[in-house]
Amino acid sequence: MNKLTAAERVAVARHPQRPHITDYVNALFTGFFEQKGDRLCREDPAILGGIAFYHGRPVTVIGTRKGKTAEESLRCNFGMPGPEGYRKALRLMKQAEKFRRPVITFIDTSGAYPGLEAEARGQGEAIARNLLEMSRLTVPVLAVVTGEGNSGGALALAVADRVLMLENAVYAILSPEGFASILWRDAGRHEEACELMKLTAPDLLELGVVDDIIPEPEGGAHLDPVQAFRELDRAISRHMNALVKESGQSLAARRYQKFRKMGVPPKEET
Amino acid sequence: MNNIFAKRRARLLAMKAIRDNYIPGDQMMSCPGCGKESRRKDVSEGLFVCPLCGYHFPIGAYYRLSTILDSGSFRELNAKLPAADPLRFPGYREKQRSAQRKTGLTEAAVTATGTIGGRKCVVGVLDSRYFMGSMSAAVGEKITLAIEFAAKNKLPLILFSASGGARMQEGILSLMQMAKTSAALARFSDRGLLYISVLTDPTTGGVTASFASLGDIILAEPGALIGFAGPRVIQQTIGQTLPEGFQRAEYQEEHGFVDAVVPRCELRDTLALLLRLHERGGRS
Repeated sequence: MNKLTAAERVAVARHPQRPHITDYVNALFTGFFEQKGDRLCREDPAILGGIAFYHGRPVTVIGTRKGKTAEESLRCNFGMPGPEGYRKALRLMKQAEKFRRPVITFIDTSGAYPGLEAEARGQGEAIARNLLEMSRLTVPVLAVVTGEGNSGGALALAVADRVLMLENAVYAILSPEGFASILWRDAGRHEEACELMKLTAPDLLELGVVDDIIPEPEGGAHLDPVQAFRELDRAISRHMNALVKESGQSLAARRYQKFRKMGVPPKEET
Repeated sequence: MNNIFAKRRARLLAMKAIRDNYIPGDQMMSCPGCGKESRRKDVSEGLFVCPLCGYHFPIGAYYRLSTILDSGSFRELNAKLPAADPLRFPGYREKQRSAQRKTGLTEAAVTATGTIGGRKCVVGVLDSRYFMGSMSAAVGEKITLAIEFAAKNKLPLILFSASGGARMQEGILSLMQMAKTSAALARFSDRGLLYISVLTDPTTGGVTASFASLGDIILAEPGALIGFAGPRVIQQTIGQTLPEGFQRAEYQEEHGFVDAVVPRCELRDTLALLLRLHERGGRS
């Protein structure tokens, strides 16, 4: 494994040539059928969702979409979903449960969109609802952080039985720039923030926040995407094969326990 | 015998409540809402609401409990749950100690059982004086334990939120508390039990995007700022000034995210009524 600093990993995770959700869908799935809309208000292109075959098994695929071209990025709001996006995701997850399909999510977002209309339509409520409902889904849920996973906007797709991370992906409470700006009133100290935030895959594996790290080609997934897809496919297959053997109730119960343990103070401090 | 303990508990809460909001003598308090000065006595008699403009001053967790619970019914839950420093963040322990000295709290959440109008319930309160009521591992754990206690004892749950959002110094583990508390509420709800969320100024970030938004019934104090992103961030993002009253309790009520905006002086009665209305559901 290549050893990059936390700040370097943030740069790799944000690299414009890094594979996007559409690349993952094309490489790992067949027969993808896109489903749009939250059935309440509108379609949010910042989240892509649909049904596809994964090695012959129908699954629900959901992921944040940053867009590849300038035009597409604008249309997708640079991968920052609004409440409609999260509500669409929830609709598809509940549908997956109805048809007993596993759910696979891909996360690459700088966060939920902090905009006026997003607030007016309940950004906080939409994220909260996803957290609650995902925790009790009775189908396998597998999340992959592929790029940057920031804030509740990332977590709203990541209450999963297994949370996987690409080697150079980052997962954090918010962007290092935002972190530095809130904590020190100085966004310029973001590199220092990167080191302190424990946002790299190895750090998060140690903290028990993620379950597995998927190795990337030297220098990052964008330098050899085919190799990156192969590694990712191998990891998803392995975890999925284990998860589909479990009953729905047992999956939900274990998922609950997994998140229940997060941040429980160590015994020696009591 | 029981009576003696009840009296002792009443005195204990009263003392803690006084520490929360004590301002000596006949001092004047200036209101951030209207800018005018009022006698402390008048403000405190009105539960720390400005007698001139109705501005709701922030209040401490124990004081809040003293305004809500029947006298002598307060029993704190997990009072000794310690503050954590899971990332060993530089300087964090010192900041925690200084906040603890200043507020007399161990962390930003206080949870308790008690009765309201004679009905037993579990109440949790976030205190904005301690790290802006932000979500730490200890806050998430305390709230989750309170939810689980309520579930186990088939009691209604009331959570008062006041939070600036995530606890930066605890990074990703702060984020994970959103999933933890929401998951605990899913289990609580599956048991057919009542959860009332009360939003107070300010309720933002990760708390809004988890337990605060998941109440069967959601109440808010007048004028409380309620949102996911803070107004400053939104203004920077969209580059235009925000409309008057944006993200305030009344705005959230109008947009369908709050059942009722309830002034502080009516909260206790409203909660008592809601508990009565759910008596059967909560006991089946």
